[in-house]
Amino acid sequence: MSSDKTPIIKMQNIEKHFGSVIALAGVSVDVFPGECHCLLGDNGAGKSTFIKTMSGVHKPTHGEIMFEGKEMHFADPRDAIAAGIATVHQHLAMIPLMSVSRNFFMGNEPVKSVGPLKLFDHDYANMVTMDEMRKMGINLRGPDQAVGTLSGGERQTVAIARAVHFGAKVLILDEPTSALGVRQTANVLATIDKVRKQGIAVVFITHNVRHAMAVGDRFTVLNRGKTLGTAQRGEITPEELQDLMAGGQELVELEGSLGGTV
Amino acid sequence: MSEAAQSTPVADERIKEISALRKALIRPELGGIVGTIAVFTFFLLFAFDSGMFSAQGAMNWSIVSAQFMIIAVGACLLMIAGEFDLSVGSMIGFAGMMIAIFAVTLGWPVWMAILVTFVLCTMIGALNGFIVIRTGLPSFIVTLAFLFILRGFTIFLPQTIERKTIIGGIKDAAEGDWLAPVFGGKILGGLFQWLGDAGLIATFTRGSREGQPVVDGVPMLIIWATILIIFGHILLTKTKFGNWIFAAGGDAEAARNSGVPVNKVKVLMFMFTAFCATVFAVCQVMEFGSAGADRGLLKEFEAIIAVVIGGALLTGGYGSVLGAALGALIFGVVQQGLFFAGVESSLFRVFLGIILLGAVILNTYIRRIITGER
Repeated sequence: MSSDKTPIIKMQNIEKHFGSVIALAGVSVDVFPGECHCLLGDNGAGKSTFIKTMSGVHKPTHGEIMFEGKEMHFADPRDAIAAGIATVHQHLAMIPLMSVSRNFFMGNEPVKSVGPLKLFDHDYANMVTMDEMRKMGINLRGPDQAVGTLSGGERQTVAIARAVHFGAKVLILDEPTSALGVRQTANVLATIDKVRKQGIAVVFITHNVRHAMAVGDRFTVLNRGKTLGTAQRGEITPEELQDLMAGGQELVELEGSLGGTV
Repeated sequence: MSEAAQSTPVADERIKEISALRKALIRPELGGIVGTIAVFTFFLLFAFDSGMFSAQGAMNWSIVSAQFMIIAVGACLLMIAGEFDLSVGSMIGFAGMMIAIFAVTLGWPVWMAILVTFVLCTMIGALNGFIVIRTGLPSFIVTLAFLFILRGFTIFLPQTIERKTIIGGIKDAAEGDWLAPVFGGKILGGLFQWLGDAGLIATFTRGSREGQPVVDGVPMLIIWATILIIFGHILLTKTKFGNWIFAAGGDAEAARNSGVPVNKVKVLMFMFTAFCATVFAVCQVMEFGSAGADRGLLKEFEAIIAVVIGGALLTGGYGSVLGAALGALIFGVVQQGLFFAGVESSLFRVFLGIILLGAVILNTYIRRIITGER
């Protein structure tokens, strides 16, 4: 899709070596604004290393990262966040003991001046939190409700809404659905769809082909540190994706013995 | 990005309406509030005539409670930030001893002795924090080591220098000093004189102080406790930094991912705990006029007990400074109240244990309601 537009982020021939281990051996991915680009791969395929490179945690050994048409070198994750690349981690996103609004503004607390003091603007934080949650279709009992009382899917949604509110242009979702039930997964996928429609580029990391097919515009498969190509929606079947992820042949044999249940 | 959503939310049928009363009750300090009411009711019933609620009696338990409050505020914020400090008691002894050595043995002006001690002790607090952050060891172990190290120095230094374990003469040294009254002085003397003259509080009827009120002012110790509680409460609940304290203790990794400077927060809280211990020590030294090597024994546990009665979670991320202050009040009132009530003093521990257990069970129940923990 949108071949007339320029990609917001373009990663070319990214290689990452850790000592003698080659974690990424030439990965190329580009993401356009408003698309959901699914990054699929089995465990150990290099997904984590790749998104960490994209979000500024790792520096690539070789290859270049073009962000909004310019070559970028992120010194650390703060740089990437400042540029508009936000990562929502699978588990490490929310603090269950804290309220939704405190979580929402964690690290970005709004401040108002009261005399010489700079105080946390709870009214503003509460208002924005309720507002953003409503847009994502979550009815909070109140902004002071603890995150621990939310379901896993709702927590992911809060994390996504937070990233969007703070101006993410590229949203990296690290296996947001892997620990969720059916209904919660559907909620998160719906959230991804909403975010995409706001013109934000979504990088959706998963190893679940069905989840990827549900919202993805394009699909890139990572296997043993390499990209096996990017496919458009409608050009590829779930079975083909599954094969690519597993490296083809072995899974065909396995599938035979399991009766097509994988 | 945050244009107001016009759509009215559809009510979720699974969310029950919560009554205003329940909402007002369900707060982290509830255990502390209930405990305070219970303790005061108990002593009003059983020790009302004992003089416990006269001006002098009230001042007595207020001072003891204020002592607990000063160290509880520090322990509370540190615990919410996810760390412990077991060296508080030793720090109290050490800080007091350093002031005595500086002011009496070395003959420095008292204000300088106090300021240098504050700097020294907060630096030791920072060192505690730094070791915890750098090594990743539990703060329990690191500060346990400092419990012994500081106590050892507190006994070793005066023995080596003065050949005794108690250094006196600080009252004389502090005479005319500008900073000493900030810790050892009293304020509102005029108000109490007026209350005494008006017959509202007891006055001395004989001796050289005839006509003066028995309680002649509010000790600075209580003022410090009040200031620290207000400061701690505002810092924790009303500032950006307070949010970082909760975040650092709730889940350090998630906090880091969101850009919270977790290490800085933790080290600062270790320093603040050491600061509170030093405030306690300076007030005590100014009041007694001496420093002893055994001062502050077991204070770290008393601080932690007060904080836990006050509703804080031992593993961090949850708690309240007001709750910790109430915990300290309960502690002080029970300790002094049993004395007033004429109860065998060893029963203090029994009573305290029961209160601790009751408050913690109630707190756990409340916290589960608030946070959805299982």
